[in-house]
Amino acid sequence: MGRHVVLVEDEPNITEAIRFLLTRDGWKVDSHADGTDAVDVIRAAKPDLVILDLMLPGKSGLEIIKELRDSDELPGLPVLMLTARGQLKDREMAERAGVTRFMTKPFSNTEVLTAVRDLHAQAGLNRAAAGGREGERTDLAERAGQG
Amino acid sequence: MGRDTLTGSRIRERRLMLGLRQAELARQVDISASYLNLIEHNRRRIGGKLLVDLARVLAVEPSMLTEGAEVALLSTLREAAAALSRPVAELDRVDEFAGRFPGWAEVLAHAQKRISSLEQTVQTLSDRLTHDPHLAASLHEVLSTAAAIRSTASILAETGELEAEWRDRFHKNLNEDSQRLAESSRALVNFLDEGNTSADRRGVPQEEVERFFLEAGHHFAELETPDAAAQEVALQTLIEESGALVADAARTIAREALRQYCADARALPLAALSDVLSEHGSDPSAIARAFGVDLPTVLRRLGALPPEVLGQEAGLVVCDGSGSILFHKPVAGFALPRFGASCPLWPLYTALSRPQQPIHREVVQQGRSSVGFDCYAVSWPRLSADFDRDPLYHAVMLILPKREASDVAQSVGASCRICPMAACAARREPSLLKEGF
Repeated sequence: MGRHVVLVEDEPNITEAIRFLLTRDGWKVDSHADGTDAVDVIRAAKPDLVILDLMLPGKSGLEIIKELRDSDELPGLPVLMLTARGQLKDREMAERAGVTRFMTKPFSNTEVLTAVRDLHAQAGLNRAAAGGREGERTDLAERAGQG
Repeated sequence: MGRDTLTGSRIRERRLMLGLRQAELARQVDISASYLNLIEHNRRRIGGKLLVDLARVLAVEPSMLTEGAEVALLSTLREAAAALSRPVAELDRVDEFAGRFPGWAEVLAHAQKRISSLEQTVQTLSDRLTHDPHLAASLHEVLSTAAAIRSTASILAETGELEAEWRDRFHKNLNEDSQRLAESSRALVNFLDEGNTSADRRGVPQEEVERFFLEAGHHFAELETPDAAAQEVALQTLIEESGALVADAARTIAREALRQYCADARALPLAALSDVLSEHGSDPSAIARAFGVDLPTVLRRLGALPPEVLGQEAGLVVCDGSGSILFHKPVAGFALPRFGASCPLWPLYTALSRPQQPIHREVVQQGRSSVGFDCYAVSWPRLSADFDRDPLYHAVMLILPKREASDVAQSVGASCRICPMAACAARREPSLLKEGF
């Protein structure tokens, strides 16, 4: 399982700090600052994880995540949303839209790093579990065919 | 039960309200008490002359007895019932309730209208906070910049071996972001201030006085004369011509503060004080001895001096016996809460609890920079004691910034709400900040 993250954030110095942090942790980091074509960028990159700002120029983080989840193109893709809006209803809206984890600004580097590692590990477990179930289904089908 | 069938209930209610016995009302309209009893229990319909006679004796319009309460009132009562999440009211008897208890029905309807109005206000304010694009953008800018600073500073502080190129880049980012944070914070404050019209600001006299003194730099050349009469004339002119002092209360407070300024200026004339400062520095005790004046006068006077005379910036706080701040002159780095109670660890309050004993403490404010402050405080009896009267103390604290706090500096805060010291014995309420944030 790869360690490729797409960071969609319009604040260049946050981007720089997170890029530094994650690169040192062994991640390949692609960054993008505009919401308008962020969905295309993510689809093309097929990353293992996305870090998404909520308030972006062109298209909001919520619209981006909705488009991603609606397309079913990248199922199970973990998305960490960074936002200055930390009210409960903002969190609920983000979760309903399909955000995996929600983090309010100003965050600490440790929080970001821990969240990225957790989400990556959880996504790996989810894939393994899904793969196991798929394997069981295949075995059963084969046995049924033989029978 | 229909509205027109409740005429009897309304008659009964009205009669009881007037304190009339059933027999008495029956006699006045020339019917038997037993017949009136049937009417009052809605078992006989009435109209025509009897209705008019009953309405006359009960001093109401006949329609009030037959139609009862207004439709709008009933509608509001139904709204009040619907506003409750669980069905508790007997909606089918709302007409009867309004007819029998018109006064209570009006009270309930009025309360319902007031609740609706307040809910609308709350919604409007909530929308303003949630959806005001300027406010949202300003807050987003502040928090994003804070996030960038926090993240960058953390990398610089926690990364052991950092390549020179990265280090330089992060230093540059920090510098840019701190400037942006200063600008965006200022923009946010300006935006919030725009919401306060001059009319709104009226009624906060302390703020007007604060603005008046800030505009003058806390120094009034017109009052620097030994002639008390000339000072009083100049003082009145200053107040009359000030655009900052709008409310009468503000003018009164400013007048009192300026009179104190005048008295202190007479006790410590500027030219002579300037000479002593050159010779002894800003040691309050030395100045008090040189002029033969008390320490509160020296502290107030030093706090009001321009930096070019004192040789450094200075802040000043004066409080009364309750600890309420009466006057303050801000100084960079030392947060003085504008509203609410200050930190009880300030030497100002120590001085208040130890009357007339001079207190000198070096302090550092938690959650802020490492700048230290030399604080000189003393309380004095504003009203001296007598056999039948307790003294009334005020306290003053002069705040002199130091380049850096020493090891003996005591930790103090500004106000509990914005103080990060979690384990503080003096804490009154939880902080908005986290320790170490």
